[in-house]
Amino acid sequence: MDERQQAVVSAALEAHAGRAGPLIEILHAVQDGLGCVPAETVPPIAEALNLSRAEVQGVIDFYHDFRSTPGGRQIIQVCRAEACQAMGVQRLEAHIRQRLGIGYHETTEDGRYSLEPVYCLGNCACAPSLRVDDAVFARVTPERFDELIDQAFLP
Amino acid sequence: MTLRVFVPADTTAAALGADAVAAAVVQAAARRGIDLELVRNGSRGAYWLEPLLEVEDEAGRRGFGPVEPEDVGPLMDVGFPPRGEHPLALGDVEALPWLADQTRVTFTRAGVGDPLSLEDYRAQGGFKGLERALALTPQQIVDEIKASGLRGRGGAAFPTGIKWQTVLDTEADQKYICCNADEGDSGTFADRLLMEADPFQLIEGMAIAGRAVGATRGFIYLRSEYPRARDVLEVALVLARTAGILGDDVLGSGAAFDIDLRLGANAYICGEETSMLDSLEGKRGLVRFKPPLPAIEGLFGHPTVVNNVLSLAAASSILAQGGEAYAAHGTGRSRGTLTAQLGGNIRHGGLVEVPYGETLRRVVEDFGGGTRSGRDLRAVQVGGPLGTYLPEALLETPLDYEAMAEAGGMLGHGGIVVFDDSVDMSAMARFAMEFCSIESCGKCTPCRVGSVRGVEIIDRIRAGDRREHHLELLDELCDTMVDGSLCAMGGLTPAPVRSALNHFPEDFQR
Repeated sequence: MDERQQAVVSAALEAHAGRAGPLIEILHAVQDGLGCVPAETVPPIAEALNLSRAEVQGVIDFYHDFRSTPGGRQIIQVCRAEACQAMGVQRLEAHIRQRLGIGYHETTEDGRYSLEPVYCLGNCACAPSLRVDDAVFARVTPERFDELIDQAFLP
Repeated sequence: MTLRVFVPADTTAAALGADAVAAAVVQAAARRGIDLELVRNGSRGAYWLEPLLEVEDEAGRRGFGPVEPEDVGPLMDVGFPPRGEHPLALGDVEALPWLADQTRVTFTRAGVGDPLSLEDYRAQGGFKGLERALALTPQQIVDEIKASGLRGRGGAAFPTGIKWQTVLDTEADQKYICCNADEGDSGTFADRLLMEADPFQLIEGMAIAGRAVGATRGFIYLRSEYPRARDVLEVALVLARTAGILGDDVLGSGAAFDIDLRLGANAYICGEETSMLDSLEGKRGLVRFKPPLPAIEGLFGHPTVVNNVLSLAAASSILAQGGEAYAAHGTGRSRGTLTAQLGGNIRHGGLVEVPYGETLRRVVEDFGGGTRSGRDLRAVQVGGPLGTYLPEALLETPLDYEAMAEAGGMLGHGGIVVFDDSVDMSAMARFAMEFCSIESCGKCTPCRVGSVRGVEIIDRIRAGDRREHHLELLDELCDTMVDGSLCAMGGLTPAPVRSALNHFPEDFQR
């Protein structure tokens, strides 16, 4: 681990010390600090929680939120669930793929955006929906997507 | 009286621009030298009117919507006129038929005041349920829940009182209350709306549950897709602790109860209660075998109440008003109110709380106003991604647990997703299998492998490859998944698939 990784992991372990079943909280904290949960951070987390490395890696792999390599500076989550399909998210997906030149689970070459599917953002009355960082956007048409990307998804 | 302006901070309201509207209110007031108080309330659930701006002054409270930031200044200049004097003016929002015709029990406070004001919460009847519970014995509380007829609102509809009784009757040095706030069903947002608009009601309900079964610790398992709900709950928990509602001495009763907020990490299966318990323990969210029931061996092996957000919230009004008052709503074995959530291709989407027994047509057409596209309605999926697709002809089905089961469906968590006639139902059937293959926890073979095979078979049917043979194979595969899966994920994925086949066979013959 480099110095930054060490600092983030120590802080995460310390912040959740003594809490019951804290692994997922710790992984969230590490990913918030480092943009992902790098392979180097797995052994110290496992050791601190008295788990095997396989158990920690298993949790990282199980949940869609956790990534082992950094994504783009902004993660665009497109809701693919039924309510958004009922409002034509397929057309939006095709547009985004073309505009960014990437598919799901990929990152643009300049490291600006990653594209991820998500299944429901709880915004089903005003579909289709996108989430970028902590902001959700409603009724996103291809034209609206272009506006949003031009303003860097500032809400 | 100072002019008060309300602009919801709710996720959907914000997704439609409410934060920009709130900023415009502050700016416009400053420019005009107007003194006002901006309240970031929750949403009333009338999402088709969001961003819904409300004002309150000597002339009363009145709404405007949907409001764009550039509407704010001009509205201010004309003094926020009453209904009829401006195209956006709605008058008294609570008098709009869309809201007035609902029977709000759990969502009475939603959207009225500041979600994080304990004063507002108390002024609207908050903590009466908990105060009463603290004066009752645990058995009396459980009896009150039983009398209400409340059934689990997460989707499984198990009688809440019986679950609480089991935990109460199980001796243990530690018991837990776990709130399942992993609202993953597509088409549902009631838990989110409640947590963002009225978080103290959930906290109150959990404290009541703790008192009822003898649990001193609670957990809220919140999905990570809900960042605004997380922010609200974090503050609400601190406020509740500071005010002595949580902690070592709940409202001066001498009893302890506290709540820990935990974030999921994006896995649909963690809405299944045993998978959620594993996730809360910091593990992969694998489904557990039952028995043992979580009520006997739940979180960390201790007796645990696992309830949905709406079930726990309902406990606070049941204790405040009495179980019989709650049971007075509804029909048959479906007592109380249904929180229907209208989404997808719908003109007036949002949250509709009505007594059980209203027809699907009443909710979709009278409240929902039909499709947003204006085209003919073709299918309605009720109960989330594991719910059945119903055709227009079945819209007369009453929305209660038994009637829905008779129609081959389930109410689930109350999500209703509307599709117009452009939908390809074989594609929706394929998606049901695909979703299961992505979100299966992988513990049992029928779900893990069956869903992948399901996608492949439907692809062949859609491609016209030995259609009759593959339709038969799909039917057998559905039987295997229904009979052999460990939980509802694999066991119910065939429901949308089969209903698409039964009601829309022509879409599989193109």
